[in-house]
Amino acid sequence: MSTENHFDYTGSKIGMWLFLFTEIILFGGLFLVYAVYRYTYPHEFHEAGEHLQVSLGFANTLILLTSSLTAALAVSSLQRDRKYASLWYISGTVALAAVFLINKFLEWSSHISAGMYPGAPALLAKGHGENLFYGLYYVMTGLHGVHVLGGAGALSLVYVWILQGKVDKDRYVALENAVLFWHLVDLVWIYLFPLFYLLI
Amino acid sequence: MESNFYTEPTKYNDLRKWVCSTDHKRIGLLYMASIFIFFLVAMMIGVVMKLKMLSAGTTFISARTYNSLFTVHGVIMIFLFIIPGIPAALGNFILPLQLGAKDVAFPRLNLYSWYFYIAGAVCALTSLFTGGGAPDTGWTFYVPYSVTTGTNVSLAVFGAFLLGMSSTLTGLNFLTTIHRMRAPGMGWFRMPLFIWSLYATGWVQLLATPIIAITLVLVILERLFNVGIFDPSRGGDPILFEHMFWIYSHPAVYIMILPAMGIVSEIIPVFARRTIFGYKAIAFSSLAIALVGYLVWGHHMFTSGMSDTARVIFSLLTFIVAVPSGVKVFNWVASLYKGSSVISAPLIFVMAFIFLFSIGGLTGLFQGALNIDMHIHGTYFIVAHFHYVMFGGTGFAFFAGLHYWYPKIFGRMYNEKIARYACGLMLIGFNVLYFPMFILGWQGMPRRYYDYPAQFQALQRLSSVGSWILVAGILLMFHNLVKSIRKGTPASSNPWGGKTLEWQTTSPPPTENFVEIPVVTSGPYNY
Repeated sequence: MSTENHFDYTGSKIGMWLFLFTEIILFGGLFLVYAVYRYTYPHEFHEAGEHLQVSLGFANTLILLTSSLTAALAVSSLQRDRKYASLWYISGTVALAAVFLINKFLEWSSHISAGMYPGAPALLAKGHGENLFYGLYYVMTGLHGVHVLGGAGALSLVYVWILQGKVDKDRYVALENAVLFWHLVDLVWIYLFPLFYLLI
Repeated sequence: MESNFYTEPTKYNDLRKWVCSTDHKRIGLLYMASIFIFFLVAMMIGVVMKLKMLSAGTTFISARTYNSLFTVHGVIMIFLFIIPGIPAALGNFILPLQLGAKDVAFPRLNLYSWYFYIAGAVCALTSLFTGGGAPDTGWTFYVPYSVTTGTNVSLAVFGAFLLGMSSTLTGLNFLTTIHRMRAPGMGWFRMPLFIWSLYATGWVQLLATPIIAITLVLVILERLFNVGIFDPSRGGDPILFEHMFWIYSHPAVYIMILPAMGIVSEIIPVFARRTIFGYKAIAFSSLAIALVGYLVWGHHMFTSGMSDTARVIFSLLTFIVAVPSGVKVFNWVASLYKGSSVISAPLIFVMAFIFLFSIGGLTGLFQGALNIDMHIHGTYFIVAHFHYVMFGGTGFAFFAGLHYWYPKIFGRMYNEKIARYACGLMLIGFNVLYFPMFILGWQGMPRRYYDYPAQFQALQRLSSVGSWILVAGILLMFHNLVKSIRKGTPASSNPWGGKTLEWQTTSPPPTENFVEIPVVTSGPYNY
């Protein structure tokens, strides 16, 4: 209404950063739970972690890091008024997000077919620590997966806005904010990867 | 009346004029209407509970129904009334006006926050009548019971999750607004203290709410998939839930009380006709409360199983967090000293606030002391303390603010005489209702029990009688306020002689708030 046309670049950025704080704390709650149980069951967490495939996790790490690069290039392209380059970089980022999720899906499927999911007899036969490890694995990578979806959705929305001319070289804050969110998604994974795959 | 935001033409002419508006004033009123409807519902549930407590044993409701009643009373009062209460209703309306701004930083997000609020409310209320019936866990949703009970906890918890998002987004919006949209000349120390309190509240909303969000998600996942994170039979730890719950829910009580303190700091200088004593002390004590308030959650768990070291530290921090609240109370009282006080309804409500909040605050320290808490933990004492702080504190300050800004919001005056009678009735009823609960708790009456031994009969009955007086006062107040929206005498732009910016525009304000954006040249309480 009154301020529909009001535009404040710094204000938008402040809002986005504040939102990112909330996301960090949201995941922070889970990292806290992880820390408590890792401390309680160090050996069982070690055992369980060895069954995850480092190669798949590593591939996903590379995919997300590359997608952060393409996302950043999308912003700088748009700032230099290279609209179509920017659109291509956004498409690339979204495509990498899809590859990440497919990879994650295959990984989850293989765990589930091996009977490693909450409540499964094979998992219940193992110790408490293993059960918690896999429980946290699904919850944390699952919540992260939801954020990958959300980030890809946000980038796709900005893609449409660029096509419609609502976002351009003078008003690129929407793209910048979507990419900031994407970097956060990447950053969370950077912590998830060692916690589940490497720290064994 | 001059042209104002009610009468000026808008894009729509039907209900969408309200529910699709991004005007902060309309959104504030949307919140206000919904918040008070829920308040009245939860209040009536409280009355039914007190009616039950007139006599021991099973009377007209069963033990199980009583469990659902106190759960629903708590969930509605906490998540639907008192957390959004002052910031979302009065804050939304007043904050941009006090800043000299046309709106909040993100007007559309502001409307979406209200949608989240309504969606959360719908979930919470639907959970009462669907699935296994109304949740019976208490508003704290403690595991393992909340995971194993057959009642509809998942939906209620999801509702609380949505309400949390609404609260977070409101905080985010206000923080950005305060940083970016102050009128020319309004430095940080020329901001009204209500804004300072909303600023501190915003940070707490932003940094604490995500913890409850993830905790509630975990409870839902536990119920759906049996993950085992809080399940001892799978190696999980139920105490961890309590920690995570209180890491949010203790700061949340500061989300509830800080804006109330802001209202008190506005009203006192205006009605005492002198500047506030210790402006900076009050401003910084809000931030101190927000900061230290993060570190005291363990005092809810003194009997839950924690190391002695942890308990001593939490106890110490609890005493420390009381200091900034004390600073505020002394500053308010000092501001009244030698003022040329105008005794009017808002100030009377504020005096009631100071009286009740002081009792509530000091009894809080009883429970912060380790040895005494062992005795009174989980009794009526805590129920009385909480209601003194939250209802006697936040509730009375909310009503004070409602009377104070009433002429600005509706452009009319309420009936002063009725407002005073209502406040008096509420004050009497409140103390008759809750003070006996301190004594009952001290004597060992546990909270949430629907039955009691014969020696508690007299005080239980006294308390029930108090609830009738209190409700009579509340209904009288609302009757006065609602009736005066149409029948009240028209109010001037500045009926109280306030110096803050909201009084420089017309009552009610025009759609864009100010004909000309004001320039600030001095502090807010320059009398």
